[in-house]
Amino acid sequence: MTLKKNIIALRQKKALVQMGGGKKAIEKQAAMGKMTARARILYLLDVNSFHEYDMFVEHEERNFGMDTKELAGDGVITGTGTINGAPVCIYAQDFTVMGGSLGLKHARKITKIMDHALKMKMPCIGINDSGGARIQEGIGALAGYGEIFYRNTMASGVIPQISVILGPCAGGAVYSPALTDFVFVVENISKMFITGPNVIETVLGEKISQEDLGGARVHAEITGNAHFYAQTEIQCLNQIKDLIGLIPHSNQEKAAKIAPKKPTFNKNLENIIPADPKQPYDVREIIFALSDESKFLEVQELWAPNIVIGFGRMNGETVGFVANQPMYLAGVLDCDASDKAARFIRFCDAFNIPIVTLEDMPGYLPGVDQEHAGVIRHGAKMLYAYSEATVPKITVILRKAYGGGYIAMNSRHLGADFMFAWPGAEIAVMGPEGAANIIFRKEIMEAEDQDAMRQQKVEEYIEKFANPFVAAAKGYIDAVIEPLETRELILHALEVSKNKDDHRPYKKHGVPPF
Amino acid sequence: MAKKNQDLVEFAVTARKYKTLLTNKYKNRKAWVDPNPYEIQSFIPGTIIEISVKEGDVVQEGEPLLILEAMKMRNRIQMPFTAKIKKVNVNVGDRIPKDMLMLELEAAEEEEES
Repeated sequence: MTLKKNIIALRQKKALVQMGGGKKAIEKQAAMGKMTARARILYLLDVNSFHEYDMFVEHEERNFGMDTKELAGDGVITGTGTINGAPVCIYAQDFTVMGGSLGLKHARKITKIMDHALKMKMPCIGINDSGGARIQEGIGALAGYGEIFYRNTMASGVIPQISVILGPCAGGAVYSPALTDFVFVVENISKMFITGPNVIETVLGEKISQEDLGGARVHAEITGNAHFYAQTEIQCLNQIKDLIGLIPHSNQEKAAKIAPKKPTFNKNLENIIPADPKQPYDVREIIFALSDESKFLEVQELWAPNIVIGFGRMNGETVGFVANQPMYLAGVLDCDASDKAARFIRFCDAFNIPIVTLEDMPGYLPGVDQEHAGVIRHGAKMLYAYSEATVPKITVILRKAYGGGYIAMNSRHLGADFMFAWPGAEIAVMGPEGAANIIFRKEIMEAEDQDAMRQQKVEEYIEKFANPFVAAAKGYIDAVIEPLETRELILHALEVSKNKDDHRPYKKHGVPPF
Repeated sequence: MAKKNQDLVEFAVTARKYKTLLTNKYKNRKAWVDPNPYEIQSFIPGTIIEISVKEGDVVQEGEPLLILEAMKMRNRIQMPFTAKIKKVNVNVGDRIPKDMLMLELEAAEEEEES
């Protein structure tokens, strides 16, 4: 009989914690257009798969009236579950409990579930919705943040780490997401900044709204802090499910293989690229034509759209696509594009995901702003990332591959395993017009009709050099292929790269230019 | 796509001009302007709390011009080289943005003050 009584008492105790900050606070959360922390977890995880731990953890602060304050779960829900069968660790800050503020015990619940994820080798998902450090706990809160950052760093490259910003995430709190692999944001709900509008106005006199300073769109389009942008929380949580299905549980595994499927995109690969080399096209159509079921999960779609990155499947296995996008800024490499691609390449390499590079790039973006923003340093990240990667690396040159960009886009010289080029590819030190102007300057200057001579020399250059055969003659290109053979050849390349065994010299770690 | 095609612009990378779309970030970038040594601009947003010169003054290199308070620091702005104050565009108490033209200078006349 006493057991029965204890069970009833337990249920009551649990029910109390599950109410978070209570009915009023939950109504307030709903009024802000936000789901509760628990509802988010339950939607994201498979039905009945969520198991919560540390429900009864209590804070130990005794100052500032905190001794009488009871905080359900200390403002954070932690546990394990599955997403379409894949095991994950998860935590969600509960804004209804003292604004989701982070105290030491709150942080220790998070670090405990992170340690578990790292030991059990599964992804860790953190849902952030917090007013920031719990000021009453002072340095205890700071210690908590630090302990989280340390674990983010230890887990980096070992297990996938995902941050979901579903509320404010300000001050020190922003650095945990920044250290993780993927950050998800939602329009009108996510707010991320180091110093908020109030401080900025007081100190600098600049007036700006929270949304304009660090809203979802800002981080998705301008800063590049966010990787996935959604209109609603539900859309955001669905994006996470898609991502989890495409990446491995840890660096010791490969992503789950599913049944191979043919692309469904019905545009012919021969008709996507315009004949005029100056005309753009959407390179994502090439990806759709290559990937299984024509599915492609694009990462950082709005930031630096002149390069496209994301995951798809080929023959049922996950690959990472990196592609120049002629539709934006002619597909040039610039600071942001290099930064974006480099981090993605490193993620793929860390998690055993082969990289397929689709190249059509005219060079680096010229401009004072680019040079002063450090295009040398940022551009170098890409060289580093490709060179360092030991996963299978396949490149298809679709149209242009000029100069430094040719080297950067996973060239043979940086260790590409397979280099394919379409028959119209131009692999050269620069575009024919620029090259002819330099090489034949004297002839052009001395000619009676300079424009006619320039045109003649440009054509001469195109004939001789703006094709894939010069590079093929040197063995820098392995095969010049027809567009319609591309998928078959990539599938074959992936198949014969299964046992790739590539080693790097012993090092504690490299010193990449970041 | 139809709308996109209307927005296509000519975009030069080396000698060839490509048809492409521009990003907002690219459109909003600041054009480089050659710095004019005769223009004293604010390097940080802040408040003017003291002005030590007036129009027409010839000020020696290194002498104080004004104090710009920002981030709780009083930044003493000094004369970069000996010259004459042509125009003062700020008043004490003004809250000014970054890169504001605070003072305009002109070359000091030949005759030396005796």
